[in-house]
Order: sequence, then C-alpha cells, then structure tokens
Amino acid sequence: MSTAPTYASGKVTSSKRTSTGRLGWLVLPALAIFVAFAVLPLFGVFALSFSSWDGIGAISFAGFDSWRAVLTDPGLPHALWVTFLVIVLSWIAQTPLSILLGVFISGSQRYRAVLAVLFFLPLLLSAAAVSIAYKALLDPNFGLGPGLNLGILTQDWLGDGTLAMGVVIFIIAWQWIPFHSLIYQGAIRQIPGSMYEAAQIDGAGRVRQFFSITLPQLKNTMITSSTLMVVGSLTTFDLIFVLTAGGPNDATRVLALDMYLTGFRANLMGPASAIAVILVVVGLVLAQLLQRLGGRERNSQLEGA
Amino acid sequence: MATQTAPVRTSGRSAGAPKNGTTHRKNWLGGAFGWLWLLIVLVPVYWIVITSFKTSANYFGSNPMAPPASPTLANYQLVLENDFIRYFANSVIVTVGATVPAVLVSFMAAFAIVRGAGRWLKLVNSLFLMGLAIPLQATIIPIYLIMIRLGMYNSFGALILPSIAFAIPLTVLILSNFVRDVPNELFEAMRMDGSSEWGTMWRLAFPLTRPALVTVTIYQGLQIWNGFLLPLILTDRAEMRVLPLALWTFQGQYSVNIPAVLASVVLTTLPILVLYVVGRRQLLSGLTAGFSK
Repeated sequence: MSTAPTYASGKVTSSKRTSTGRLGWLVLPALAIFVAFAVLPLFGVFALSFSSWDGIGAISFAGFDSWRAVLTDPGLPHALWVTFLVIVLSWIAQTPLSILLGVFISGSQRYRAVLAVLFFLPLLLSAAAVSIAYKALLDPNFGLGPGLNLGILTQDWLGDGTLAMGVVIFIIAWQWIPFHSLIYQGAIRQIPGSMYEAAQIDGAGRVRQFFSITLPQLKNTMITSSTLMVVGSLTTFDLIFVLTAGGPNDATRVLALDMYLTGFRANLMGPASAIAVILVVVGLVLAQLLQRLGGRERNSQLEGA
Repeated sequence: MATQTAPVRTSGRSAGAPKNGTTHRKNWLGGAFGWLWLLIVLVPVYWIVITSFKTSANYFGSNPMAPPASPTLANYQLVLENDFIRYFANSVIVTVGATVPAVLVSFMAAFAIVRGAGRWLKLVNSLFLMGLAIPLQATIIPIYLIMIRLGMYNSFGALILPSIAFAIPLTVLILSNFVRDVPNELFEAMRMDGSSEWGTMWRLAFPLTRPALVTVTIYQGLQIWNGFLLPLILTDRAEMRVLPLALWTFQGQYSVNIPAVLASVVLTTLPILVLYVVGRRQLLSGLTAGFSK
C-alpha cells in the first residue's frame, strides 16, 4: 500500500536525476566488510561441510562424510520438525493478535499512545534476559504459580516437552507481537478513511468493514510481517538456548541450536556446517515462497482495481 | 526527510482520526484485548522489578505479586560488585563501535546507490538485498574460523566486524529509500554552488536523512546490545563478556538467588530503557515508516 506511491515517485525522479558514475568507491567500505564477514562465511560454511574439523586442530577434506552423517541422523528430521513447529505455531499465535492490536492502537485516543509505549517494552529486553526471567517466573516450586496458589500456573513448564514448546511460543509472542502490531498500525493508518465512509453508507458494519476493507488492504504488510516472523523463528537461538538448552529430551532442539550443539559442544564442525547449509536453504525457500505469495497477491489486487 | 516523515505522520493522523473518531464506533474486541495484552506485558515486568528488591528469604516466603515488605538493594550491590561495570563498558564499546561505523558506511553506500550510475552499483545493491536473507547463525562457524586465524578471537574486533556486516543490508535498504526522497533540485543547487559529491553527501543528504539515520542507529544499536551468539562463540574470557552473556553466566552462578538474577536482568535492561524513554517517538515513528516503505 504505502510502498506504491513512494516507489513510483522515486522512480520518476531518478530517471530525470542527474547521476554520476564516479561514486562507486563510496560503497567500497560497506561492500568490503559485508563480503568479508557475511558473504565469504556463507561460502565458507558450504566448503566446511565437506571437511572434518574439531574446532581447534587442522582442517581436512572429508568429502561427503558430514553430509552422510547428518542426513542419516534421526536428529535432523526431528530438528526440522521442531523448527517447523516453532515457525508455524508462532505465526499462528502472533499474526491475528498483532492485527487486532494494530487495529486497536491505530486509533487516535490519547491513552492508546500511552499503551503503545508500554506494549513496546518487551522488545527492549534481550532474549537472554527474557528467558532468564521466565525461567524463574515459571519455576514449579518457587515461581508465580505456587506463590499465588494458582493450579494452572503450577506446572513443570520446562520439564515437559509439550509445555516447554508452548512456553517458547508464548515468549516469542510476548516479545514480538508489539513489534508486529506496530507495523500493522502503520499500515492501517495509510488506509484512506473514505473507504470506510463509503462502506458505512453502504450499510457495512464494523466487522464487515474489517474483513472487506482492513484485512485486504493489509495483505502486503502481512507478507512483510510474516517474512520477518518466519525468518525470525527459523533463526531463534538465544531464547531457546538460555530457556531450555533444547530440552527436555530435545523437545525444543531447533535447527539453529542443533547446529550449535553439534559444532561447539560435540566439536563436529563438518556436520554442524552441513546443518548450517540446510538452515540457509530452508530460509531461502521460505523467503521465496512468501515472496511468491506476495507477488500473486499484489497482482490480483491490481486486477481488482 | 521533511519530504518523508512529515507527510506520513500527518496523513496518518488525519486518516486515523475520523476513522476511529466519527465513522467508527467503539472497537470493543480490540479494546478488551488491548488492555488484556497490557496486563500480559506488564505483569512479568512488574514481577521482575519487585522481586529484584526482595531478599532471598522474602522471595521464598511471600506472595510473589506483593511488593517487598522491606525493600533491599543488596541484590543490586551483589551484581554491581560482580564486574557489572566492566561488562557494561564492554557492551558499550561493542555497540557503539559497531553501530556508528555500520550506519556511516551504509549511508555512504546508500548515497552512492541512489546518486551513482552504472551496472556494478546495481549489482552491489542486489547483493545487499540478498544479504537480508543470510542468517547470522548459518555463518558463525566460518566466522569463528576467520577470527581464530586472524588472531582476533577474544577481541572486540571479533564482535564488532561481523556485527557491522550483518547490520549493513537492512540499513542500506532503509537509508537508500530515504536518500531517494531528497528532491533532485536540491542536488542540482548544490552542484551549481560548486559542491563536490562528497560535500553534497555530508552537507545535504546527511542532514536531510537524519530521522532515518537516528532510527537505524537505534534499531541496530538495540540488536547489537542484545546480541548473544557472537559473544558466546567468539569470546571465552570473563573480561570480554558483554551484558547478555554475563547475564547468562551470572544465572548459572546464582541460580538459587533468584532476586539477584532478576536484579541483573533489571540492570542490563535499564540503560536501554533510559534510551527508549528519550528516543521513543523517533524509534516508533521511524520503525513504522522504515518497515512500511
């Protein structure tokens, strides 16, 4: 929505714009650091997946050994499944609530601005801080539940696989829903008020207006927000590492954590690199899928207009 | 910027005001959920803060939601005596040392991408865009190898350089969107006055892009301040710890003293909270503008 006019005007002016060809060197500092510490490591991890290295000693060529080990290890499908669960469940938990909250805070009452400020607090805390706090809060013996004598809250939250997964999803939502509702808030404010006025004249109720105006207008924002959510969930590491360290019984051992434990705990850098390559591939496939989805939506919107 | 954020904000207000003020009746569902969510956000925060002022004995005995009967600063004292200042200084060095250069080199790159011409600048731009999809986790093993080989393991450089690299793609994207909005006439006027491109960049584009610069600085600063993976893997000496890592080790050390652990959580969050209170407006409006672009 909001992108269309800005990009269009940008393009128009840039075609008239006087540009010089001698500015290339200005990108060199950024390019050098980016290539050295992001692009080369990406190729490096691919190369290392064909090597054998314990993290300290010499690196030797190992052919497909690491790949064979990783692909035949039942730990990989498990880690993929757990990662899939985190991505899908946290998307389901976050998206409807973020939109609802976004609609709410896009209003103009003064107290909503104050609420929006408070909503943002969890985002300031590091994943390590949040995980440590929740670990204490959910302690089955000394946490909030037993302290208040609340039966529902008094459970071994991190000792049971299903519950631990629930806690992970909840904390991700706790920390990130405010951020996504902010993105939605921005998008909702760009929807022309005239559309709502017209709908009201046609006799459309509040709920009807939401489903036939607000939601369709948010499609592109949903793609952006979902992409951030999916990539974020895929690479969740600190939160789970500090909260459960992958447990209990690997119930929360996501792909990124699996890579860390394989490489830096079991000292198998070859297989860990292979897992890292899988992580990249999964990320690229998901990003592509979402973009496809976005492209199609954008086209259909244009056709409708 | 005057061309950028101002219209976004005003149009936002004017579109929002009538929509919810006159044409829309009360949004009960959203309202109820909004207040419920506030409770979900604030209860843990409240609990963390009050518990950090309790003694261990008080923590185990009392109602967890009740404020401490006799508040104590002992937990904070314990944390501060445990090298908190050093970890704090480390975090500041890494965050400032990575964020400022990251924003500056990204701004120069964004300026070149918008103002320059030629196929290779387009290629560099698409490389940065592709970089948005590279997860830090996936590259950590080669980064570890590089830092060992460069003799930079356990140094600030090991934490700073990859942080800069991973901040560049998003920063360039947001800044180039904003530089693009600077009217061409202004560039022309600068050229008439005999300004070099270098001078134009700093004296025209830089001030006009300032809101976006502040936004990306805050955003990347927050990311780096809270970063955990790089310090975990690229340092192992206690003197090199940054706050999130110190928090984690502290938790292992004082697992029985929950109030002290929570005091350390509060202490690591406090500096960010102060910055948030100061730069909140900028951050919120900047983030919405940056991400909805």
